[in-house]
Amino acid sequence: MSEYMIEINGLKKNFGTFHALKGIDFSIKKGTVFGFVGPNGAGKSTTMSILATLMLPSEGTAKVDGMDVTEQPHEVRKKIGYMPDFFGVYDQLKTDEYLHFYGGSYGIPRKEREQLIPQLLELVNLSDKRDAYVDSLSRGMKQRLCLARCLVHDPELLILDEPASGLDPRARIEMREILKELKSMGKTIIISSHILPELAEMVDEIGVIEHGEMVAVGNINHIQQQLMAKRQLSIKTSSRQDELKLFLNDQPHVQGVFIDGQTLEVQFSGQDVEQAALLKAILLAGFEVISYQEAQTDLEDIFLAITRGGGAEQ
Amino acid sequence: MSKSIQALKQFFLNPVIDKEYRLRMRTSRSMWTLLAYLIAMGLFAGVIFSIVGISSGRNAYDNEFSGIAFIVLSFAQLGLIAFMSPGLTAGVVSSEREKQTLNLLLTTQQSSFTIIVSKLLSSIGFILLIVFASLPLYGIVFLYGGISPDQLLSVFAFFIFNMFVFGSFGILFSTLFKRTMMAVIVTYGVVLFMFAGTGIIYLLFFSGYTNYIHSGNASQNLDFSWILHFLAINPAFAMFSLFDTGDWHLSLANVNNSSGAKGYFDYVPFWLEYVLFYTIMLVLALVAAIRKLRPVKRRKG
Ligand SMILES: Nc1ncnc2c1ncn2[C@@H]1O[C@H](COP(=O)(O)OP(=O)(O)O)[C@@H](O)[C@H]1O
Ligand SMILES: [Mg+2]
Repeated sequence: MSEYMIEINGLKKNFGTFHALKGIDFSIKKGTVFGFVGPNGAGKSTTMSILATLMLPSEGTAKVDGMDVTEQPHEVRKKIGYMPDFFGVYDQLKTDEYLHFYGGSYGIPRKEREQLIPQLLELVNLSDKRDAYVDSLSRGMKQRLCLARCLVHDPELLILDEPASGLDPRARIEMREILKELKSMGKTIIISSHILPELAEMVDEIGVIEHGEMVAVGNINHIQQQLMAKRQLSIKTSSRQDELKLFLNDQPHVQGVFIDGQTLEVQFSGQDVEQAALLKAILLAGFEVISYQEAQTDLEDIFLAITRGGGAEQ
Repeated sequence: MSKSIQALKQFFLNPVIDKEYRLRMRTSRSMWTLLAYLIAMGLFAGVIFSIVGISSGRNAYDNEFSGIAFIVLSFAQLGLIAFMSPGLTAGVVSSEREKQTLNLLLTTQQSSFTIIVSKLLSSIGFILLIVFASLPLYGIVFLYGGISPDQLLSVFAFFIFNMFVFGSFGILFSTLFKRTMMAVIVTYGVVLFMFAGTGIIYLLFFSGYTNYIHSGNASQNLDFSWILHFLAINPAFAMFSLFDTGDWHLSLANVNNSSGAKGYFDYVPFWLEYVLFYTIMLVLALVAAIRKLRPVKRRKG
């Protein structure tokens, strides 16, 4: 029995000459909710399809509960509930037939399914839609139905690829509540998103991927602390932003400057004393500062900070 | 014994067949297909009956006529099956891919074998339903005598075999090609080759050989009956061999059989070679489809 639910080692995937995954590594302990974050095209879905046994890696290994996904796909499928980023439903089936079909496909006897399906529909708040054709459900409902579908065989690992994408705020909240419930049931969950804050309150760990490479993996608080060592300063000036940017780039402890309208976002590795010195230097150089403040680092900033760093080669 | 029946029952009750059947029966397209088929067959039958009725007067519905009518109807039926099968099977995998339901199905515990074979069986089930719905037309021919139940059975067995052949080609291309459109076109291409391509190749060889003989470079008795293999794998000729017991095939290869010695095709009639050849082909097609459905790592060593 492995302590890890997912172990990924040196995973690469090439599509022709394009390297979608350039050798990624990370592990997820059992019972963890892992947020898999990265901009569009970073390689999240590719990684998740490999985990779901739908795609072979070009190099490297991926294991689910100690089993290699390419060596024992059939056993791996028993362990996982997979929700793709894009999926379709069989429109001409009723909600309850739909779940019967997948339940049957996982070898669950009809008698058991008859007990299980009402429970699943209850969990995803679709009890009143039992006899409705899948066709007639809203997008949010279909999304929840699909979640119920990937729970039919009581998998230990849920692989959810952007389950909240395309949902309205209300549907997102519903989805989040369901995920919390699943977390409380002790399931290991890997959930991807290109929006980090969306995941923040429910994940234990995050992995950030960009251009097919992991740029940060670990406990969410830990990553936050690491980044707190770096400060983000916001400097608002009335004019000469470009000049100020050049000026700042030459100052000590400044690691990066981005112009955002009137405001300059500065990545700064100094402490309070250096921060004060920087302000003095700016004023002495004759720039007109409207405001000078240390930005609150929230998750979004973390994400931006990490990915800006990783994407610098572009 | 009862165990294997149980296993068979289990297979036919598998969720993939159940789902395919529900989906198929709930689309209006299926109803229109059935209707169009019956109308087409009805028209064929009507035309045959009236042609013979006009040309031979009122009492023409005799044995000979019903024999001919039976053959013509069977060819029409074969043509319709060939026309219908690719359309009904070449979408079964690719349409799930297009509707983005395939990945969900592939992560379940259903084996690739079960998925492919279930999809084949349920589409053949539907084609069978349509063909059986046209049985009453045969009843009319049957009433006038001249056809044995054996003949009727063998022709129907031949139809069913062909459904499997066309169907497994359809499923193979449906698995190989991303787009249903492409799969349908290629499947029709293969079926067309079976009907027309084999015949054309035969004709090319036939005229090549006869020219060669006429040019005086070869003996008048040159035996090129091997080219009959092209006709044996042609569905229409194979079916014709079910009706005919004479040595009509000899004339097809310009072979003089004055000696009365028996040749290969006296022992192995076209239909038999056809069944053997396409059994191999359909098994290969299904094996390839099963292997291509999911990405499988090649075993090392
Ligand atoms: N089947 C494919 N063929 C070619 N390129 C692909 C294929 N699937 C994904 N890609 C490319 O690989 C990269 C990663 O894609 P993906 O894993 O879907 O990213 P994400 O889910 O993080 O948005 C993208 O640039 C995408 O265009
Ligand atoms: Mg994606």
